[in-house]
Amino acid sequence: MTISLDNSKEGETKSLQPKGWLRYFSFSLDHKVIGLQYLVCGFIFYLIGGLLASAIRIELTSPLSDFLPRDVYNQVLTLHGTIMIFLWIVPVVNGAFGNYLIPFYVGARDMAFPRLNAVAFWLIPPSGLLLISSYFITGAAQSGWTAYPPLSITTPAAGQMIWILSVLLLGGSSIFGGINFIATILKLRRPGLKLMQLPMYCWAMLGTSILIVLSTPVLAGTLVLLSFDIVAHTGFFNPSLGGNVVVYQHLFWFYSHPAVYIMVLPAFGLVSEILPVHCRKPLFGYTTMVYSIMAIVVLGFVVWAHHMFTSGTPPWMRLFFTIATSFIAVPTGIKFFNWVATLWGGRISLNSAVLFSCGFIVNFVLGGITGVALAQVPFDVHVHDTYFVVAHFHYIVYGGSVFVIFSSIYHWYPKVTGRMLNEDLGRFHFALTFIGFNLCFAPQHWLGLNGMPRRVAEYDPQFTFVNQLSSVGALIMAISILPFLWNIIQSTFRGPVSGNNPWNALTPEWLTSSPPPIENWIGPPPLVKEPYGYGRNNKDSNEITTDT
Amino acid sequence: MSPAIITTILGLLLVIFGIWVGDNANLLPIDASTNATIYDQLFSVLLSIGTILFFGMLGLVLYSLIRFRRKPGQEGDGSAIEDNLPLEIFWTIVPTVVILFVGLYSYDIYDRMGGMQQLDLSGHNHQGQETMVEEERIWGGIGSGSVEDKSKSSLESIPIDVTAMQFAFLFHYPEGDFISGELHVPVGKPISMRMESKDVIHAFWVPEFRIKQDIIPGQPTILSFTAQKEGKYPIICAELCGPYHGGMRSNVIVEDTSSYTDWLLKNAKNTIT
Ligand code: HEM
Ligand SMILES: [Cu+2]
Ligand SMILES: [Cu+2]
Repeated sequence: MTISLDNSKEGETKSLQPKGWLRYFSFSLDHKVIGLQYLVCGFIFYLIGGLLASAIRIELTSPLSDFLPRDVYNQVLTLHGTIMIFLWIVPVVNGAFGNYLIPFYVGARDMAFPRLNAVAFWLIPPSGLLLISSYFITGAAQSGWTAYPPLSITTPAAGQMIWILSVLLLGGSSIFGGINFIATILKLRRPGLKLMQLPMYCWAMLGTSILIVLSTPVLAGTLVLLSFDIVAHTGFFNPSLGGNVVVYQHLFWFYSHPAVYIMVLPAFGLVSEILPVHCRKPLFGYTTMVYSIMAIVVLGFVVWAHHMFTSGTPPWMRLFFTIATSFIAVPTGIKFFNWVATLWGGRISLNSAVLFSCGFIVNFVLGGITGVALAQVPFDVHVHDTYFVVAHFHYIVYGGSVFVIFSSIYHWYPKVTGRMLNEDLGRFHFALTFIGFNLCFAPQHWLGLNGMPRRVAEYDPQFTFVNQLSSVGALIMAISILPFLWNIIQSTFRGPVSGNNPWNALTPEWLTSSPPPIENWIGPPPLVKEPYGYGRNNKDSNEITTDT
Repeated sequence: MSPAIITTILGLLLVIFGIWVGDNANLLPIDASTNATIYDQLFSVLLSIGTILFFGMLGLVLYSLIRFRRKPGQEGDGSAIEDNLPLEIFWTIVPTVVILFVGLYSYDIYDRMGGMQQLDLSGHNHQGQETMVEEERIWGGIGSGSVEDKSKSSLESIPIDVTAMQFAFLFHYPEGDFISGELHVPVGKPISMRMESKDVIHAFWVPEFRIKQDIIPGQPTILSFTAQKEGKYPIICAELCGPYHGGMRSNVIVEDTSSYTDWLLKNAKNTIT
């Protein structure tokens, strides 16, 4: 492979690129710049998705459809889901942290394919703008982020087509990223660094990238067929032309169940990096962690029909998917026990990063428990497509992935900027987020159990009070962004200087200056054989050699 | 007291608390079908297990954060424990056993709900145009109530044809050949509904019956149930079907056999023999 040669050439091109803040708006090839581009871009989309969520929660403070016109409500709901998944969680847990950290972790100076990397990022802002502009130009898609036909074929075509186009572009971006991560982790490792010595986030990204590369093309193919049905009046999924709508659901969920792991496996990896540093303990059960990630990847491919228990599914299929889904809880559970064991006996600094990571553990455990319940067909037939499911996946995606994103920002902010964040504001941010989140989503379990379906703008008046409670929680969540933003902005200019390694961490990204130089290390990359070697009295047992 | 004893006592208290919550928490609407009673048994078992697991994990995390927090002035690292094979085997086996138990139990529940039964379409054969091919493509919901119930009564179920469209349900009663916008069913009699959609996917859901089945265009589905408590319950469309999805609702009226027959006779086009 000529990758290493290639890399040195990139170095020269890179020095020709703009310096200072301008480089963040350029077609930069530096993985650190691209990582931050992903993060900031994702965060802007998060704020937009959050505004849409607020509109939904305002509509639901009263049982009547009185805030938004009905079709606009469905557009808002579709945009909210699509933006949060494809423009915030997926790009940030994969693209942002993956790009920033993976080259450090494997001891490389950049990703394997820096140009592809930049292309993957630059696909995102235009597709996001395209998606959002559809609302103003033609009206956005109205069929939910799942776009089930025949609804997606019969609602206004322009909005649905733009939706398909932008999801296809985002899927492409995601595939490019996945290929790049696989190549970087497997091929760009510093000589002497063994796979089983890699920090856990590398394993998480390897597993996630495999999921992305194998499942996203299926989504792409499905959406192309759907677009044929819409514009060319073919009949793949159109029952009036002999098509089969259930086939769409199988194809869609064959991607979209793995997609939930694409959103959460990287978060598992990030938590595994953060906890050991602040607990001053090795990551517990490294080997079982690696095997659980791989088990989740394999099982993740054979559980998709648990989203279709009330659809056209014969009994044997229901049973098979119940069993396969339930078993994912075993490797997932192992990871949670390992994290608790990492806390156990540590010297834990109760800072914002740790609080958000522990908040993640608690929230995800609840989401996982409701997940196992949902996997049981007889339980699911009552609560499928209700607010119970809404609660389940927000516990996973918000309580899980978003909490980890915040934890990671608190942890790596000094790395990126060379300054510290304000801890009091950080803890205040955590408290508001945790309370707001639980107040918003915990009551939704009850709503679903008692008869409130999802994706509705109007509901039975008996649910008014609980919906208002949920909206108050949403309001607190919205407010919680303010201390966070203020903290980030003012610390960039006024935060105390952090030094190169404020946490005394052992993973390789900290063994260079903060912020790091353009090719990551001035000298040769360090060889870190024990990224979690905390608690050894004898420091030199954690061998850090700098010779190549 | 030694830590082992305290841990055991706390564990036992947690288990008792979990079982108590599962038995006493009143989180579901009334159980108006035979199916719902069985459902509620499963729910209370799942709730107990979930409560124990959640509060167990919450307790462990909170305890670790408090007990092992870095106190002011404390220097140095925690202990360098990296793994513990017996412990890891333990927490692989325990979830596996719990999962197996939950899986087997919910299979049993599913079977008792009639989920594994052959679908009985005899009631619908009046529709002469039905071909064998079409019947094979019919996919069923959970069957009517318990098997116990079936064998006891061996009643022939009442067939009803359901048509869903944006944004309403129509109920056609072959017995009397008329269409109603509300579903009327007699208490204690198995009902067997054959459902078809005119446009997009809808779903038939009655929370008080704990049943739901998508109504799919081009692909009839079947759903059976036996109502067991008189009353008026909402029928809710649970699948996003367009702008008025939230308003796509109707009612099911469960009444005693004589009121049901009166209603049927009043509406019937043909004389019922
Ligand atoms: C790992 C992170 C997870 C994520 C991100 C996640 C996300 C989701 C999402 C988005 C849905 C709703 C899909 C829809 O109807 O639009 C969902 C439903 C479901 N999840 Fe999860 N989930 C996760 C974990 C789990 C786990 C651990 C289980 C079970 C062991 C599970 C089981 C289910 C089931 C059975 C449903 C279907 C519920 C229904 O639609 O009726 N999930 N999940
Ligand atoms: Cu899934
Ligand atoms: Cu509907």
